[in-house]
Amino acid sequence: MAEIFEKLSLYLQYPFVRYALIVGVLIALCSSLFGVTLVLKRFSFIGDGLSHVAFGAIAVAAVAGLTNEMPLVLVITTASAVLLLRTGQNTRIKGDAAVAMISVAALAIGYLLMNLFSKSSNLSGDVCSTLFGSTSILTLTKTEVWICAVLSVLVVAVFLFFYNKIFSVTFDESFARATGTKAGLYNLLIAVVIAVIIVLAMNLVGSLLISALVIFPALSAMRVFKSFKAVTVCSAAFSVVCALLGILISILAGTPVGSTIVAADIAGFLIFFVIGSVKGGIKR
Amino acid sequence: MALLTCRDLSLGYEGREIVSGLNFKVDPGDYLCIVGENGSGKSTLMKTILGLQAPIGGRILTGDGLRQNEIGYLPQQTVVQKDFPASVWEIVLSGCGNRTGLRPFYNREEKRTARENIEKMELTPLSKRCYRELSGGQQQRVLLARALCAARKMILLDEPVSGLDPKVTAEMYGLIERLNKQEGMTVIMISHDIAAAVKYADHILHIGREVFFGTKEEYLNSAYARVFLKDGETDG
Repeated sequence: MAEIFEKLSLYLQYPFVRYALIVGVLIALCSSLFGVTLVLKRFSFIGDGLSHVAFGAIAVAAVAGLTNEMPLVLVITTASAVLLLRTGQNTRIKGDAAVAMISVAALAIGYLLMNLFSKSSNLSGDVCSTLFGSTSILTLTKTEVWICAVLSVLVVAVFLFFYNKIFSVTFDESFARATGTKAGLYNLLIAVVIAVIIVLAMNLVGSLLISALVIFPALSAMRVFKSFKAVTVCSAAFSVVCALLGILISILAGTPVGSTIVAADIAGFLIFFVIGSVKGGIKR
Repeated sequence: MALLTCRDLSLGYEGREIVSGLNFKVDPGDYLCIVGENGSGKSTLMKTILGLQAPIGGRILTGDGLRQNEIGYLPQQTVVQKDFPASVWEIVLSGCGNRTGLRPFYNREEKRTARENIEKMELTPLSKRCYRELSGGQQQRVLLARALCAARKMILLDEPVSGLDPKVTAEMYGLIERLNKQEGMTVIMISHDIAAAVKYADHILHIGREVFFGTKEEYLNSAYARVFLKDGETDG
């Protein structure tokens, strides 16, 4: 045990390890806050689709030879989020199919582009790290860390400021619209923020695993808690704790960061599931 | 001046007309029931009045300074709400959302409004409970309390008693009647239950192949209503 702490404190002396921890926690916080809305609005699949779009965007950025790919990826993903939400509003099935179509198309085109134009000698390594997260977020550059931190703070601020509106729009969109709340505007806001979160989270867990970061905290909290506020707070805490644990374990055990965090999320979900069943949190 | 006047209104989706030639008006304090067969356009009419959907033709005029954020609405329950983790208090308070503008939090007066409406719907002991654990009738009362938070002059109800048992249905109608008679709230209600519509409402709008609008008494004397009433009885 003492050995573990020694190793940890050794690692924590490096500033980049501390940065990684901070960024990881912030990303986990953002994704869990909006995850509750996403799950309840039945939009989980949109998050998944968008992450594939982000993968395609990264491929495009790599081919274009951009050194900092984040702005381009952010723009493309946000545009797709707005587009997807628009189609999703009309009819459910059409929206569903649109998401599936765009997500596989982005994945395929992304891989194709990387294959055709990549100058890297380690192509499958590149693809793998984009899909499942870099072997370590410790390789983040300082600029990336700062962009992450600023955007995360913005996302949390937006959530706090519009908390009540987000609740109304999530619980009953037609009521909100009928009584004069601009539901369309808030849906747009949610879509944009989700796109931002996904682009941020790609650094942490890679594009295939982002949904886990969005869905697990919300679902776990919903097993146990009964008010929207409690679910939101719990889901944020859950996500932060799992991200911290995941990052620390991955440092100690040398496992890939993304999948370790998701494994921690799965374990957490199982615990909450049991607690929920014992407490009878959900009656069916 | 009438709160709401519809002139030559025609409704439908994507250019396909469902119903046309609707002419009616609602005065302050009225209790209007909208009846008609499934698919006759009742819900579409309500959505149009609420501004969720544009009419194909005709006009809706509002009078007495009635604004969008003074109308309360009790929609039919959605799938999303069935397992939604939210307390009664949170849901009722969200009815005040149309008054806050850009202010992120609810003020004291809005919280008081929510508390009063919870009291009015006899939900005070349940206010901390989770919405998904309540019975169908209790859930409807929560949504009605929320609608009242939004409503200052008029409330629109979309089949408020569907899926409720007879006892709870009677209680629900009683609550709505009290709002109308004691507080002067204007009520517009869609209903399948034509017997109850005739019992509680003072005006009836019947839409379908033929459109009827008038007072309850006029409706009962019309030959068309007698046929429809008899149908309603044999249905259940």
